[in-house]
Order: sequence, then C-alpha cells, then structure tokens
Amino acid sequence: MSQSTHLQVKNLTMAYADTVIQQNLSFSVKHGEIFIIMGGSGCGKSTLLRHLIGLMEPAAGEILINDINIWDTTVDERIQMISRTGVLYQSGALFSSMTLGENIALPLSEHTSLVSSEIEKIASYKLSLVGLAGFEDYYPSEISGGMRKRAGLARAMALDPDILFVDEPSAGLDPISAKLLDRLILELRESLGTTIVMVTHELESIFSVGDTAIFLDTDEKTMIASGPPKQLLTESTDPRVRNFLTRSA
Amino acid sequence: MVESVPAKYRFESTEKGMLLHLVGDWSYSAGIPAVPPLLHHINNTKTTTIAFNAEQLQAWDSGLMTFLIELIDHCKQNNILIDKTHLPQGARRLLKLAYAVPERKGARRTILGQPVLAKIGTVTIEMHRSWNDMLTFIGDMGKATLNLARGRARLRLSDLFYQIEAAGPSALMIITLISTLVGMILAFVGAVQLRLFGAEIFIANLVGLGMAREMGAIMTAIIMAGRSGSAYAAQIGTMQVNEEIDALRTMGISPIEFLVLPRLLALCITMPLLCIYSIFMGIFGGAVVSAGLFDVSFYQYYLQIQDFVELKHFIIGILKAAVFGVLVAGSGCFRGLQCGRSASAVGFAATSAVVTSLVLIIVADAIITVACQVLGV
Repeated sequence: MSQSTHLQVKNLTMAYADTVIQQNLSFSVKHGEIFIIMGGSGCGKSTLLRHLIGLMEPAAGEILINDINIWDTTVDERIQMISRTGVLYQSGALFSSMTLGENIALPLSEHTSLVSSEIEKIASYKLSLVGLAGFEDYYPSEISGGMRKRAGLARAMALDPDILFVDEPSAGLDPISAKLLDRLILELRESLGTTIVMVTHELESIFSVGDTAIFLDTDEKTMIASGPPKQLLTESTDPRVRNFLTRSA
Repeated sequence: MVESVPAKYRFESTEKGMLLHLVGDWSYSAGIPAVPPLLHHINNTKTTTIAFNAEQLQAWDSGLMTFLIELIDHCKQNNILIDKTHLPQGARRLLKLAYAVPERKGARRTILGQPVLAKIGTVTIEMHRSWNDMLTFIGDMGKATLNLARGRARLRLSDLFYQIEAAGPSALMIITLISTLVGMILAFVGAVQLRLFGAEIFIANLVGLGMAREMGAIMTAIIMAGRSGSAYAAQIGTMQVNEEIDALRTMGISPIEFLVLPRLLALCITMPLLCIYSIFMGIFGGAVVSAGLFDVSFYQYYLQIQDFVELKHFIIGILKAAVFGVLVAGSGCFRGLQCGRSASAVGFAATSAVVTSLVLIIVADAIITVACQVLGV
C-alpha cells in the first residue's frame, strides 16, 4: 500500500457568509488510509466533508487531491477527479425514482463507455459486495434504512474510486447493522486499497476502523487534536478530547 | 514503466485440469474479453478444475471481478472446482465478500411485466381505494368545518393569514397578466366576426358576459390550481415524507384541521376576490382592443357593459369562484395527504393535484351552468 499523500488540506477556513465554522485546518490523508473526522454535534464535520467533496468553496485555504487543488482545475481534470471519487451520504441519497440497479448504473453510464449489459453486470456485482445480491429491481422505498445505506455504498463504489468520503455511516442504524457496515468499509479498503475519509461521532466506528483521526472543536473553531484514535485516547491531555473518547461529561 | 497490454486470457491443460492465464490490463475502461467463448471451451473440454495464473496480470478493477463472477457462477452450476489461490489477494477478498451473503430466496424479481387482466384489476382496486380515501377526506373536511363553526377546530389564525397572503396578493401579478390577455383575445376574436355585421359595439357584451359568468372564475381557478393547489400538495406531501403528519396524529392533532382547513378557508376567501379582480381586468383588456382597433370608445364600451351585464352574472361568476376554491384547495390537500414517502411521490402528488383540480373545475362548471340554465338565471 502506497503511503504517499492522497488528500491535503492547507489552512482551510470554512464559513457561511460572515459566520466562521472552522478555521486554519491543516491535515493530510495518505493513500489507503481510513481517516476519521470527529467532534461534537454542530462542530462542522459535515461542512468539512462538503468542502472536501467540492460542494462548498473554502473561505480561505486549499484542498488538494493528488496535489491538484480541487478549486483550480480544468473541466477535464474536474471530471477525472469526480470519476475517481465516491461519496456515501448520511441518508444514502439514493434516487427514489430509480431502482437500486439503475442507481448504481447511473455513474457508470455517465463516466464510462461501457455497454448496458456490462453496466448491469457491474451493478449486480457491486450489490453482491454489500450483501444485496438480487435486489437490482427494488426501489429505495421498498428496502430498509440499513439496506439503503449499503446500496448507497455500492453506488459510491460503482466507479472503483481511489477515495471514498463517508458521512455518518452508522447514523440511524442498529448496533449490529452499524458494525456490519464498518466491517464492510474496512474490507473494501483492504481489498481495493481505497482511501476512506469518514465523518462520524460513533466511538465504536472510530476505534474499529480509523487509522488516523482529527478532532474539531466548536468553541475554538479549529482542530485541537490529531493522531491514531487509540493513541488519542491514551495520550491526549486535552480534557475535551478525552471526554469525547471516553463518553464522559 | 510497464507498457499496458489489452486484457486477454489463454488456457493451458495441466494434470489437474485447466490453467487460465490472465494477461494484461483488466480494467473495464481498457475492455474485458467476453466470457461465453471461454464457457463454451470449458464445456467442450469437460475439465473438472480451473486454476489461475495472474503473474502477467497488470491493473484490474470491477471488470476482472465481473468476468470472474460469471465464470465462477458457471463452474458452480456445472460442478467444476475453482482454485483461486493464485488470483491477486484483493480479488480473492472481494470474491469472498461478494459470495459472503447468498442471494436471499425470492428477492430477485422474475416477473417484471403484469398480464393485462392483472393490470386492469390492480388499477380497479387502486381506483376503488382512492375513491374510498376521497370520501373519507370529504367526510373529515365536513367534520372539521362543523368543528370550526362550533369554535372547536384547532385552527391557527396565523396560518390562515399566511395562507391568505400566499394565495391572494401574491397571485395578483399573474392574474392581471392572464386575465387582461384573455379579455383582449375574447374581444379580438369576437370583433372580427361582429365587424361583418357592423356590430362591433357588442364586443362589450361578449367580453363582459364571458368574463363575468365564465372566464373570470375559470381563469382564476386554473391559475390557482397550478399555483396554490400544486404547492399545497407538495407542502403536505413533503410533510408526509418527513413524518410531520404522523407527528401531528400522534399528538392528537387532526391534520385536516391543522393543515387543510387554513388552506381551504384561504382559497374560499381569496378566490372570489381574485375572480372579481380578474373580471375587471378582462373587461379592461377588451376595452383596450375595442378602443384601439375597432372604433368603440371607452365610454361607449362602459355604457354597453353597464346596460347589458347585470349584477346576477357577476354573482354567478363569484359563486363559481368560491366553489372552485374549495375544489382546488381540497384536491391539493387530498393529494398531499395521499402522498407516498419518497421524493418522486411528492412530484406525483403535485402533478396529480393539478390534474384533479382541472377535471373537477370543468365538471363543476358544467353542472353549475346547467343548473343556472334550468333555474333561468
């Protein structure tokens, strides 16, 4: 597994109009790493994710994927970048008017020149990877929340992305389904070497899958800790980080 | 850097069975060899074991995985052993993952199309259910209105005023434009014919009567069906998706009183007022065409309207508008409450609300027109 830098954030400031959410964020994610963004509710974790996937423009600073600034790209570079990036949204964000098979086929038909029979085969394979073999013709409204999330993961992996962004994968899931999803994400990383950036505040997920984590603080509006989660738990002297990781008030 | 070679396979017979050499770039973007010729060869050789050699395999992705899955599925069906030992480690893990959860029995949908009779049956059952829902909704609305009359309805006045503002003043611009143009079109079309008899003065009768009795109410209702009826369906439908309607019910609050009544009352109040405005705008549009193109002065036009278009015509138009208001609000809210729990269901509810409103408006107009004819008004 290559350990060169895949994603780099330099002095990033995020803001809604004049309201600063987080400032001076700097960190880097290595190829094949599972990187956790953690922090309390409302600290700006999901906003950071929206910046990393290019949905929001930074107020200041730079975001680089493979040394290319995502806000300073040509159209071709941008399309190339999109096709190498997968995103799993909190709710799955499956298109309700399409079947699961069609949801997964959409990015494939948009970004590849494959014929429909090949696209169907890949869609079926992706569904089988997430334990949904045979569910190609189901609509999102016909399956459970956990299945929707797994189907969302299958869609995010449709183009075999180099980097996968995951927003609160365990939100709304029972502990067993959450654990299975974590295991699935870990397995996909092990098999494909995909870099994974995950936003979560679930301690179970943080300790079971995370290689490196950063902690965002609401009051200081910046990152106050970074490192392997278990190391943060044992070595961090900051009470906010320790309280968060030990679930104490 | 190793030069990329297109994906290909070659087979070799060994003591243990068949050895399949995977060569080159097996990414789907580079093109993957077809599986059927390989399956055909496997069937012909009657091999019992297939092993892989991936030493010359370069890049690979889902393309290789779909190839392997198709091959493995075939081998499973034909009791051929597959030795995956020499496949790349990542591919082995992915295969394990793909076969970890067997396909749930009965999950795959084999019948995609329904026979015609089954379709007719389904539609009939759906119509029957929809009809029952509509009757229940009408009953609930009647009950809520009675509660309101007794002062027991849970109606927030702030909601009512908001709905009146959204349905009334905010719609004035579009009503002005459409009604003026309809008046002008009526005047122009009528005048071309009346001119043949030198009877251009009767443009006023045509426009005045047309707008007061029919067009004022109908045009207002059509605009409100597109503007407010669809909005009601989308708002209430979205609330259904977000479980807000369920929350109201579990709090013991009737969604009919809380959501439907303010919208219904708002349209009952604003529709007659908008209709009056629409009638005058239409008459004004007719006056502009008459004076501008057909030598009928504004004063002559005004006198003609005053003599010919009686108050009862205005009253009939305004009463129709009130009825249409109930139908538009009712259809919008009904379709919103009927909405499913997905984004596409909200879109369907909005469309369905407009179609239902338009059908009901035309049917109600026909009934009222015939009733007026019978009653001699």
